[in-house]
Amino acid sequence: MRYDSLIESLGRTPLVGLPRLSPSPDVRLWAKIESNNPTGSVKDRAALYMITAAEKEGLLRPGVTILEPTSGNTGISLAMVCRQRGYRLICVMPENTSVERRQLLTMYGAEIVTSPAAGGSNQAVAVAKQLASENPDWVMLYQYGNPANAQAHYETTGPEIIEDLPEITHFVAGLGTTGTLMGTGRYLREHRPGVRIIAAEPRYGELVYGLRNIDEGFVPELYDASVLTSRFSVGPREALRRTRQLVEEEGIFAGISTGAILHAALGEAMKCVQAGQTADIAFVVCDGGWKYLSTGAYAGTLEEAEAALEGQLWA
Amino acid sequence: MAIEVRIPTILRTYTGGEKAVEAKGDTLEGLIDDLDSRHAGIKGRLITEEGKLHRFVNVYVNDEDVRFLGSLETPLKDGDSVTVLPAVAGG
Repeated sequence: MRYDSLIESLGRTPLVGLPRLSPSPDVRLWAKIESNNPTGSVKDRAALYMITAAEKEGLLRPGVTILEPTSGNTGISLAMVCRQRGYRLICVMPENTSVERRQLLTMYGAEIVTSPAAGGSNQAVAVAKQLASENPDWVMLYQYGNPANAQAHYETTGPEIIEDLPEITHFVAGLGTTGTLMGTGRYLREHRPGVRIIAAEPRYGELVYGLRNIDEGFVPELYDASVLTSRFSVGPREALRRTRQLVEEEGIFAGISTGAILHAALGEAMKCVQAGQTADIAFVVCDGGWKYLSTGAYAGTLEEAEAALEGQLWA
Repeated sequence: MAIEVRIPTILRTYTGGEKAVEAKGDTLEGLIDDLDSRHAGIKGRLITEEGKLHRFVNVYVNDEDVRFLGSLETPLKDGDSVTVLPAVAGG
């Protein structure tokens, strides 16, 4: 397929079956390979939509500074678009994120402001809001509350899945900004009443939950619980085990958050098998495993890999 | 009926530093009441004055978010695992 530029090639990612991991011919798993996007993650969709929306609103002119709190992928996606459109990008990133993400951001020309590890992305959000108030001419796209984030999935991811899998019964994705689940989930519910929308939420090590008090907690403004059917917390052990299973049995080399999503998807699949129901379960492969090689996720035993992930933001 | 409850760092002042404690209850509400009888004050950090789960507190029964199970009325049985976590940002 031919495109005028890299950005034009975004989306229309493959939906591939998992013949070995699907529990039966009646209960099938389908992977939406978002790692095939231009910078290798699902966040390309939200990044392009947020920038395009800001351009339409007249907020962006060449040379303007964009600011964003991000644990990595959104920053990388924004950096790719900003490079091509002539915007300066500053990413606020927690210090406990992988070295590859920092290297990629720097390579794409973004500047990085580091926020403390304790408190995870909550602190990155707080630091970014502070910087935005000190620099009123900077534009914060704010993925956690920007409707264009969810809209990207409502207009692209959702329709793509319906086109490729009209018989879909379940959609499983990761819960971070909530944009993927809110946008895709709303579209699927409108077009397939009864579809189950399942969230898989990464459960990190204790450091990440190291808030000083409960009131420092954070729920993204985009989050609407009524879109979801259920929500599961998945720890690093299960996420790592599934990430390895995905590459060993199906040849799909994915990042660790995808392992968490697969774990929830397989849980739903087993419930359908036990209930004697047929099911077609689509789940999101958020990104490839390349950016996480330095975390030790793919080397040694599961115990060693889990220990190496302690305190890191792995999704 | 003993159920293991995992306590996040910020609430361990109530449990003498313990990461996990045991409590009893047929529902999540009963469990939290029992927890409060052993670790006074913890209920006030989990539940608002209106009697709902605090917005920034997530509670999971066997890794599933209780807000999708029945919230405070979620039934519990022996051997269940309850995890309490503060809501943090992802992405």
